[in-house]
Amino acid sequence: MSEAKAGRLSLTLKSAVESVDEIEAVAEKLASEAGLDEDECFHVAVAAREGAVNAVLHGNEFDLTKQIFASFENNGAALVIIISDQGKGLDPDTLPDPLAPENLLRGSGRGIFLMRSFMDEVHFRQLNPGTELTLVKHLAPAGKNS
Amino acid sequence: MALTIASREVNGVTVLDLSGRITLGEGSVQLRDAIRGLISKGQKNILLNLADVNYIDSSGLGELVSAFTTAKNQQADVKLLNLTKKVHDLLQLTKLYTVFDIKDDEAGAIASFK
Repeated sequence: MSEAKAGRLSLTLKSAVESVDEIEAVAEKLASEAGLDEDECFHVAVAAREGAVNAVLHGNEFDLTKQIFASFENNGAALVIIISDQGKGLDPDTLPDPLAPENLLRGSGRGIFLMRSFMDEVHFRQLNPGTELTLVKHLAPAGKNS
Repeated sequence: MALTIASREVNGVTVLDLSGRITLGEGSVQLRDAIRGLISKGQKNILLNLADVNYIDSSGLGELVSAFTTAKNQQADVKLLNLTKKVHDLLQLTKLYTVFDIKDDEAGAIASFK
């Protein structure tokens, strides 16, 4: 289900891998249409994908009775992507540093690091229940984006 | 694009030619099954050719790390060959470049297992 309103696209998605792919594709299109270069489009797509993975895998834990909500907006100054789930919530400040030598061989824990590496702002807000993630990519003023 | 895996033997080394994306879901599971299958059959030398892998997400990175540690625990070795720029950058950013033995020519990679 999707709804486009005032330049914002909103999606309600099931807790499944296809939803991760869809969020990534929409984010990449948003970045491309904003005129970002190939690397920046890739970075936005990766960050959105990682946010979606967290929502589906760690948030809703593939529970098909729970939904993922995603919105995508180019407000002229920035791309804003918001992804929320209905899971048990997370505290990003308690996650181990994936670059610490003792964590390099961990099989997980790199998603939020990638988001923070590739976006200008990453915010988490605890819902009740669930987590809301906001990813922001600032846009260069017109004429300075090339 | 789903992940495809083709296997070939070169001088006692199993080369897995991967093509597509290693991401949450099918891609990660395929890679895990392929590597565990080889290790369970006693194959000790495994080279992952990533020349046609254009993207690995955090789940895929985790799967590569798991493959590496599973192999080490069985006295086997998993090395990486021919990284694309995007995959190279992701491994560098996450410091996994320091974990894996990464090669950029196949003959040299095969010889390095001796």
